[in-house]
Amino acid sequence: MRYVDEYRNERLARKIVEEIRRIQTRPWVLMEVCGGQTHSIVKHGIDYLLPPGIELVHGPGCPVCVTSLEMIDKAHAIARRPDVIFCSFGDMLRVPGSEADLFTLKSRGADIRVIYAPVDCLKIARANPDKKVVFFAIGFETTAPPNALAVWRAKQEAVKNFSILVSHVLVPPAVAAILQSPQNRVQGFLGPGHVCAIMGYREYEAISARYRVPIVVTGFEPLDILEGVLIAVRQLESGRAEVENQYVRAVSRDGNRPAQQLVAEVFEVCDRKWRGVGSIPKSGYKLRYEFREHDAERLFEVEQIDTREPAVCISGQILKGIRKPHECAAFGTRCTPQRPLGATMVSAEGACAAYYTYGRHLRKQEHFLQFDGSLRNA
Amino acid sequence: MCLAIPGKILDAYDLHGFRMGKVQFGGIVREACLQYVPEAGIGDYVVVHVGFAMSKVNEEEAARTYQFLEEMDQLTELNAPEADP
Repeated sequence: MRYVDEYRNERLARKIVEEIRRIQTRPWVLMEVCGGQTHSIVKHGIDYLLPPGIELVHGPGCPVCVTSLEMIDKAHAIARRPDVIFCSFGDMLRVPGSEADLFTLKSRGADIRVIYAPVDCLKIARANPDKKVVFFAIGFETTAPPNALAVWRAKQEAVKNFSILVSHVLVPPAVAAILQSPQNRVQGFLGPGHVCAIMGYREYEAISARYRVPIVVTGFEPLDILEGVLIAVRQLESGRAEVENQYVRAVSRDGNRPAQQLVAEVFEVCDRKWRGVGSIPKSGYKLRYEFREHDAERLFEVEQIDTREPAVCISGQILKGIRKPHECAAFGTRCTPQRPLGATMVSAEGACAAYYTYGRHLRKQEHFLQFDGSLRNA
Repeated sequence: MCLAIPGKILDAYDLHGFRMGKVQFGGIVREACLQYVPEAGIGDYVVVHVGFAMSKVNEEEAARTYQFLEEMDQLTELNAPEADP
């Protein structure tokens, strides 16, 4: 595929790694913000290619992972209702709530449907006028325009039985929260390419200047990520802290203005609770008053929710880049993608799921087998 | 979640007042909303996320940066520290 395959060229990847090795004089810690980048890094083994002094820590950019347990329990309470058709992106279905997950509710008879494009919910709503169609609108700035478009069209086209349960999160406040944390180790960021395709990167310039930290807007293919690392290391080595754009083929400084206008018309900024992280001021979107007829949180009064989070799960520390998945006692044993304890083990973009899928939980065992000698090539 | 894939616009048309199109990703063709990338036409590449085209691929920039990567070999040699006399 064009604009994909050429960015997986091994020869060029090795050249970039060589260049990083050549300019690097001391250790640096970088964070890739987006879960899609985390997945790509683990899948292609990019962290193993880099010189030992360059550490990549995985950021909070997985919306499925950071959606609060209260919101998931709320979604489950709505999905259980017999008068509701509950629509969701596929990776939300196995996320554990306090009691069950959406797959379990579906097996018990709830009408839960996986959709690809949010506007597809309008077709379902029109075909089922006696039902209330609710869409679980999660995501970062990337997903805000398609979600906003579904609601905007529902209002415009008077599809009254369609509403959305909004749990939108925003990247810049989370990056600022990480930088403010006394435990922070991150010295530079690979910025979220597709979030910036919508929003541009002016907001990041203020963060970069205030915290004196390089932020490199970066794509998702191996060469993108390696070039992003190279640009960040080059800045760190020369004492610069700026926003640079590696992902020029898809991102401009101003982003997609018409899409931003659509989002601003439908959503307004609100405080948002992040799973495993806590509440971050002005870090989410909620529906504007004008769209209240399509606000599932208002339409379905959900009683006081008593949330229960498994005590052993360290997903909060993983999302903040403080610990790595294999440092968790439950990783790969009590917690697997088939039976996840926390959301970072569910989504393909969750750091735990990526480590598990690409066999990182086997590494300790591999070393053990190699010492044994007989299974050196295992 | 923020997964988005570059695809080639094969066709563009109006559907209920919205600009939509057929977009090809490798061997798969899907419908996508093109309303918010008015600058992209048939034959152009767009980056699509959950059925929504977010941006037109800037082909000149893509070619320029790729060229830069290709030339890095020579750059690496040019940047090498000069040997002590």
